[in-house]
Amino acid sequence: MEKLSFRHTTQRALAGAKAQAITGVVASGNLEVLLERALAPTECTVEIETPIRGYGEVWAAVVADFVARAQPGGLRITINDGGARPDTVSLRLLQGARLMEV
Amino acid sequence: MTLAEILASLFPEGHSVTVAEGLVNGEGPFRGGRLAVIGIDGDTALGVDGACRLAGYVLDVVRRGGATPILVAIDSDSQRMSRRDELLGLNEYLAHLAKTLLLADAHGHPTVGLIYGHSAAGAFIATALATRVLVGLPGANPSVMDLPSVARVTKLPLDRLEAMAKDTPVFAPGLDNMVRTGAVQAVLDPERSLAEQIAAVIDALPTEDTRDRAGRERGGRPVAEAIAAQVVREAAFG
Amino acid sequence: MSERIIDPAAKGWATSWYEASARARLDGLLDAGSFREVIGPEQRQMSPHLPLFDLPRAFDDGMIVGSGRLDGKPVLIAAQEGRFMGGAFGEVHGAKLVGLLRAALALKPDAVLILFDTGGVRLQEANAGETAIAEVMRAIVQLRAAGVPVIGLIGGRAGAYGGGGLIAGTCSRLVVSEGGRISVSGPEVIETNKGAEEFDSRDRALVWRTMGGKHRRLTGSADAYADDTVAAFRQAALDLIGRTPAFDLATLEAEQARLEQRLTRFSDCRDGTEIWARLGVNDPEAVPALTTAAFDALLASLGETTHDAR
Repeated sequence: MEKLSFRHTTQRALAGAKAQAITGVVASGNLEVLLERALAPTECTVEIETPIRGYGEVWAAVVADFVARAQPGGLRITINDGGARPDTVSLRLLQGARLMEV
Repeated sequence: MTLAEILASLFPEGHSVTVAEGLVNGEGPFRGGRLAVIGIDGDTALGVDGACRLAGYVLDVVRRGGATPILVAIDSDSQRMSRRDELLGLNEYLAHLAKTLLLADAHGHPTVGLIYGHSAAGAFIATALATRVLVGLPGANPSVMDLPSVARVTKLPLDRLEAMAKDTPVFAPGLDNMVRTGAVQAVLDPERSLAEQIAAVIDALPTEDTRDRAGRERGGRPVAEAIAAQVVREAAFG
Repeated sequence: MSERIIDPAAKGWATSWYEASARARLDGLLDAGSFREVIGPEQRQMSPHLPLFDLPRAFDDGMIVGSGRLDGKPVLIAAQEGRFMGGAFGEVHGAKLVGLLRAALALKPDAVLILFDTGGVRLQEANAGETAIAEVMRAIVQLRAAGVPVIGLIGGRAGAYGGGGLIAGTCSRLVVSEGGRISVSGPEVIETNKGAEEFDSRDRALVWRTMGGKHRRLTGSADAYADDTVAAFRQAALDLIGRTPAFDLATLEAEQARLEQRLTRFSDCRDGTEIWARLGVNDPEAVPALTTAAFDALLASLGETTHDAR
């Protein structure tokens, strides 16, 4: 398994007061995303465990794009990847952020 | 040990245990009372017909009353794999057999499993694993699935699986692994009287299902006991 | 901590049970906001064994357990995620269900609900999974004997296979939908072992006539048939809670008679349609295509599909 870890700073905290959310399933072509409101308001971390090695740069780009778009300040995000494509990863991350904004 | 040898060691004064189409049924004198024996011999697969007959034998013991313990002696294949068995609802027949054993156990008929040969999957779960305590004899070979089939299904090379099996008891077949998992309580000594050893097992029967604790103590299941205990502690109504 | 379903567009009630995730089923089945998960995903109690196989893990190991209310009634509930490792029983997965059943002995809920979606034992953790299944069966029987009904709901894509089928057979009652299959050996395993003549695993219609929800309901292997919606499963579970058989010698004697009679009547049948014909179904070939309403009417006309011998 490959473990990846990214840390970002955001301009603001994510809206809402939801403490945690989970979305997705660990299955072929899919992934599971756990989001926890656990960090300082403009910090965001994304940790990934994936069986598909060698795509660190792709993950970095997808995560950076998500952070820029969703501004998920305060969120600790942890991913169990089942071999999802980048667009599926983006979708799940955005779904997760939306769940947390409630 | 063969079934005949096992029965001779259990019942030095003789017994009425018979085998028909791989199904074992009967009893013998035991500690002033009787010991009922049911089971499967000859690496026979367990299908709807066999499971139904065996369940009937268990219910016979319960109906007769008294406190007759039941020995479940197993040398079976897996469940019978056929269209007919599944069409007729094999899951119900196997579950029913397990339920009769569990009922008997709760109604004054302690159940002891003795695996002396092969067993696998649904047959193993419905018989040996449904007893209050399961012991084995050296050379017994319980399994979920043989390693070559595991290799096919998981698409991993067999030699790699064999190497991994040396590091963990959690997936490979074999008696020792099932002892470490907590499913098998102990391996009996074929050189000593089985009547004595089974009597000792019955005298030391646990009052609760402590297989997960044994799994932790022996390293076969490092987390199961704690997980189950945590759920018991934390489940509550709001 | 209760989580909302992942698809905000699905309003829970009309959601396809088959398509829904385990969490979505829980969310739609129980009274709104009543679910309290135990050992939730944030605790990260994952499989200690899957990394050895370079396989990804799930935060909840594919088994979600907790408490909630069903139309106000307190229940304990377990749901399997059939898309993670085929919903199969591993060490943590099995232990969570065992713990839930043991908790029920102390808490005495109105029922324990098990949302099955499993291929059976997880091969990578075979010994742990198989032993857990046996522990579950023992715990279910103990719970039933203590007066707490255990109701199984089967309608997911993995069905209730292998050891899952055996656990299902220990439940007080079973609800099944069209898509839910119950079996011990799977079609591929039968074909691998006995050949395609014995079972053509690619023949989906054959699979459903042999192991599918309608067949199981018709033969009395399941007690209620539900539409493929969360609402239907909820209603079926509610209907069954008050009328579950006791776990005692009389019930098992009745089950023995029921199972012996099934062998006497249908032992030589080669296909589900033959069994249905002997049950009194006028047009057996039409059964697979029947709507839920039409199938319910058929069940009502047959009568004998309902019993307390489980």
